[in-house]
Amino acid sequence: MEPFQIILWLVIAAAFVGLIYVTARQAFSGTITLVAWLGMGLLTIVVALYNPISGDFFPEIINTRPLRFWVDDGLEWVVRYWGDGFEAAAHPLLLLLINIEKVLLAIPWWYMVVIFTGLAFLATRRAGLPLMVAAGLIFMGMMELWEDSVRTMALMIAATITAIIVSIPTGIFMARSARFRKFMVPVLDLMQTLPSFVYLIPVVMIFGPGKVPALIATIIYAAPPLVRLTDLGIRMVDPDVMEATRAFGTSPRQRLFGVQIPLAMPTILAGVNQTTMMALAMVVIASMIGAGGLGYQVLQGIGRLEVSRGLFAGLGIVALAIIFDRVTQAFGKRLQARIGLAEKVS
Amino acid sequence: MSDIPAIDIRHITKIFGDDPDTALALLKEGKSKTEVQAETGQVVGINDVSISVARGQIYVVMGLSGSGKSTLIRHVNRLIDPTSGEIEINGVDVLGMNLDELRNFRRTQIAMVFQKFGLLPHRSVIDNVAYGLEVRGVGKEERLAEAAKWIVTVGLAGYEESQPHQLSGGQQQRVGLARALAMNTEILLMDEAFSALDPLIRSGMQDELMVLQRELNKTILFITHDFDEALKIGDRIAVLKDGELVQEGRPEDIVLRPANAHIEEFVADVNKARAIHVRSIMSTDANVEKCEIAVPYSSRCEDVLPLFAEHDWVGVVDEEGNQIGYVTAKGIIKALAKHQSTMETTAV
Repeated sequence: MEPFQIILWLVIAAAFVGLIYVTARQAFSGTITLVAWLGMGLLTIVVALYNPISGDFFPEIINTRPLRFWVDDGLEWVVRYWGDGFEAAAHPLLLLLINIEKVLLAIPWWYMVVIFTGLAFLATRRAGLPLMVAAGLIFMGMMELWEDSVRTMALMIAATITAIIVSIPTGIFMARSARFRKFMVPVLDLMQTLPSFVYLIPVVMIFGPGKVPALIATIIYAAPPLVRLTDLGIRMVDPDVMEATRAFGTSPRQRLFGVQIPLAMPTILAGVNQTTMMALAMVVIASMIGAGGLGYQVLQGIGRLEVSRGLFAGLGIVALAIIFDRVTQAFGKRLQARIGLAEKVS
Repeated sequence: MSDIPAIDIRHITKIFGDDPDTALALLKEGKSKTEVQAETGQVVGINDVSISVARGQIYVVMGLSGSGKSTLIRHVNRLIDPTSGEIEINGVDVLGMNLDELRNFRRTQIAMVFQKFGLLPHRSVIDNVAYGLEVRGVGKEERLAEAAKWIVTVGLAGYEESQPHQLSGGQQQRVGLARALAMNTEILLMDEAFSALDPLIRSGMQDELMVLQRELNKTILFITHDFDEALKIGDRIAVLKDGELVQEGRPEDIVLRPANAHIEEFVADVNKARAIHVRSIMSTDANVEKCEIAVPYSSRCEDVLPLFAEHDWVGVVDEEGNQIGYVTAKGIIKALAKHQSTMETTAV
């Protein structure tokens, strides 16, 4: 950078710090402060466009290469020495997924239609949703997507079941311990925002491509909303009700199972709904590492530039999403109405 | 045994904040609530309050919002722990109990009714009423039979299987009351139990509570911000202001001799004929012959007034029926008016 440039940017930075100061002290009226901020933004953009710095965007302060080697070597070490252990630990997940798949594929298609249509009717007690569910399932069958749909469904159900088993206790514990919540919130943020490929790579390195890494990646991505909503649901239970139950001499366990969980149930169900949706959003990515199913069809469609294949498989995913979303939501609403937290199901 | 008070609260102080000890020391030095809050940022909820409730009494703690009355009642079953002071229930030190003993105490000795009802929205009325017994570990059949009985007593027969949100506010509080009564405890805590109800329903609930109390003879600690309510149901009344006990006594003590301007403000608006018992204004001339008609000594002026349409003298009798005094229309009017005039002079 030339000396002139350095001085120019130093002056602008100093003006910015001054602006921060007067804003924090509320030295001027709101309008003047707002205009000053807009002016400052404009000035920064104009100077940046007409007087850009060149090269060397951030100076090297320390050498980070050893850190990278350390991470890469560490993972390799884990894969070499702990790989078998991880695989053994994840075996139950594989069994769960394979067996769900097996059962769902062993059921005749029309019985599956009956099951889901029946559940939709139970949830809404109306004709609309059951008809939509039946139509969606028959559409998938007619488009020769039945087997893929069932495999995707199995992945989603396995991920949701695992997420429920892990997330609900985690959420409950978060609601009871402020310290644990402080620790978990950033972890959940990380799980939801870290691009999935970043953890897909190490997971595939450990387990090899196949169903297990796909399932694990789906769980990592889909579990956080359920944890958050369980925590929220438990904490949102009416404090007056909690106090009343305390006054009657309840133990924490009696309060948890008799009051908090039942009253948090609608919120927890909303979390399950979110989890199923997030799991479905992961199927295309999961198929890249060997999950198969509808996501694989989409992937093939992209690869072969077969728009129709991608489109119909994509519509199949949408149909699955609608079925699971509407049915779980309707059950949630029913439950809410039953405990008087919302108006009757309309 | 019977002269031990059912509820004995001695010198309770409650300070809200992270450093109660400093604030407590300042209070002991005689600083006021506002000074302590300004210096330490700690909020004084209750400052050195003592009350003693005899068995079978309805004891009303009255105060405006922020007076600390709801905080005080929560000390009795230790929903709130005091910063300092002592609490004894039937001679047993409540503060010395460990968690198990406290739970057992709450399950068996004391029941509570809440301003916002605190019903379990996911359970039917009968399951709500049976809740206390369920927590205590009473078997299903027994607790449902007991709950059904109390639902009838509070006038909700037929609503057993309803959900709380299907009931009106007054009905919900009946459920709350039945839930507390089903515990069959000697002590009942009522925290603004009727404050959330419409005036007519509130008045009806007060009447029903008094009818019930005549049968059940419980020790009731009742919190309210409504002075009329306090006068109507209270055997004794304590008035709290800013966390301090301002005056304590029988309803007529407070109406006839308000301790300060704050209480006079309350007294100015009340129906004194309801507040004043005949026993506190009767003439006790021993030579007077037996009157044609007599009222029990616990009657209030408003109960006697209609009798003067037919009689000039009304006798006052004790529990055994012996005449212990008499009242005249003139005497009652004097009592009510005398009070009125002192009010006016102090108000000027």
